[in-house]
Order: sequence, then structure tokens, then C-alpha cells
Amino acid sequence: MRHSVFLYILVMAVVTYLIRVLPLTLIRKKITNKTLRSFLHYVPYVTLAVMTFPAILEATNSIWSGLAALVAGVLLAYFGVSLFGVAVCSCLVVLLLELFL
Amino acid sequence: MSDNKKWYQKGLRDGIPIALGYFAVSFTLGIIAKKAGLSPVQAGVAAALTNASAGGYAGFTLIAANAGYWEMALTQLIVNARYLLMSCALSQKLSPETSILHRMLVAFDVTDEIFGISVSVPGSLNPFYNYGAMTVAIPGWALGAFFGVVTGNLLPAPLVSALSVGLYGMFLAIIIPPARKNRVIAGLVVLSMVLSFLFAKLPVLCGISSGMRVIILTVVISLGAAILFPVKEEGDDAA
Repeated sequence: MRHSVFLYILVMAVVTYLIRVLPLTLIRKKITNKTLRSFLHYVPYVTLAVMTFPAILEATNSIWSGLAALVAGVLLAYFGVSLFGVAVCSCLVVLLLELFL
Repeated sequence: MSDNKKWYQKGLRDGIPIALGYFAVSFTLGIIAKKAGLSPVQAGVAAALTNASAGGYAGFTLIAANAGYWEMALTQLIVNARYLLMSCALSQKLSPETSILHRMLVAFDVTDEIFGISVSVPGSLNPFYNYGAMTVAIPGWALGAFFGVVTGNLLPAPLVSALSVGLYGMFLAIIIPPARKNRVIAGLVVLSMVLSFLFAKLPVLCGISSGMRVIILTVVISLGAAILFPVKEEGDDAA
């Protein structure tokens, strides 16, 4: 039997929303447990680092342009370039490398 | 009032690079949706309602395979489970007085990128910051999927390649400055990248899907750090 695309999309939307909305609405107070608070404090850095590498190497058409974007991004961010600036420059690095090399 | 407006505008501004990156990534998602037999509108609606890359990818693949609804629900739960962690962390970033309605609206677009910029604002998170980012990010994501189905592979490859790296550039802009100021965070960033790389490349470990990899490593590394280096009070070094 063929399933309905409408129902598929509904299932996707509902499940995804529940995952996001339950913690935000159920956890309304500041967590006082020190370990748990520290854990949640570190989560963003670890998650974003895990998601960035090695994925950035595979996002582009060649590993080398991805690596160049990584190095450029780290350096620019280290020297305080804005979010927008770092994002745009990493894109430009990849574009230039892939067009001309 | 004017404070909300200011945060909304800041969200809009920070949302623009996200929207551009989303358009490129979602465009490739649209190509998969097309293979699964979705119309441009269906793909756009699915994207606007889910705002999830891996979730969308897994979803469209399951639609193509004519999978069962339960399988769809379970897959979405697993692939998107990292948002559960992010929402837990965000619940601490919002002021406890934030109303339930605001919490429900913010929850609608907890994505890797919007989570990233939300945790990087100083002090408590004003929901209007998220609304600003969502105003550009959601259309970027939905239109990308829409046009992905319409045009197929028309966007030149180097352009797609370049745009898709922008999101990672943003992640770096979020994690590197705090890492520069705080040695524990610097160590964690390096450790996370090394372990993530090993998990992606080593035999057996590389069988773990990327969504699961993010969850496992995030929980293990953050928990270890929390035990070894507990954060003092409402951090001055907090993101």
C-alpha cells in the first residue's frame, strides 16, 4: 500500500517539534545541580565542534578546499572577526579555490 | 518594548548568513525530495515544518522507500535527538520568567545554527532574538527545498560547495572566541574534533550514523568535563 505524503510530513513535523518543545517548556527553572549545570554549559561547544569536524572536509567538492575553509575560519574567529564575516570568508575561500585550482 | 525590537533586529542580522547557508543545504535536500516523488510545495512545507537537515534527509529517504509511519517517527526521534540536548541547554539560557508561549515559539526552530547563535548572546536569551533569526532562516530553508525540487541540479557545483561551508564557518565563529579565553573550552573543542574524526574514520565506529555520533560524543565529553571542571557560578566565561 502507498502511504500518504501528507501523513508522512505530519509525522515528521510532530515528532521533531515534540523533541524541541518538551525540554524548553518542562524545564522552566534554573537548574541548581552543579554537575548538570556544568554539563549543559559545555554542551554547545562540544556539539558544535563535533558537528564541524570532520564534516567540513566532506561538505565541499574537495577535501582541500574544506580544510582551507576550516583553517581560515579558525584564524578569523580567533582574531575576533564577526559571525557573518567568518561565514562569508569561509565561503569565499572555497569558491576561489574551486574556481581557480 | 524597544529592547525586544533591538533583539529582533540583531536576530535578523545574525540570521542572514544562516538563511543563505540554509538555502544551499536545503536545495540539495530538495533534490532528494524530488527523487522521493514530492512536489515543490510538499517539499517546501515539509522543510518549513521540520527545519531539520538530517531529519529531512532521513524523512525523504523513508518516503521514497514507502516505509511505515512508525518507522518514520522512530527515525525522526533518533536523527533529531540532539535537539533534545540543545533544548535542555537553551532552557537554561532563557530567563525563568519567559512565558510558555514564547518557549513554544522558540522551540519551533531549534536548529544546530540557531542554537549556536542563541547560546552565544551575552546574558539571558531574549526570545525576540530567535524570532528575528527565524524570520529569515525558515524562508531560506523552505525556499531552498522548494527550488531544489523545481530546478533539480541547476545550481553550479562550486556555488553549492561554497555556500554549504558557511554554516561551519559560523560554528567556528561561535566556539573559537570562548576557547581563546578559556583553556577548558579550548581543550574540549580540540578533543571533540579529534574524537569526532576518529569516530567517523575508524572501522566499526564509522558504522554509527552522524546523528548518533553527535549525541554520544556530546554526552560523554560534556559529562566528563562537567565532573572534572565544574563551572563555578553563573559563568563570567559563559557563552
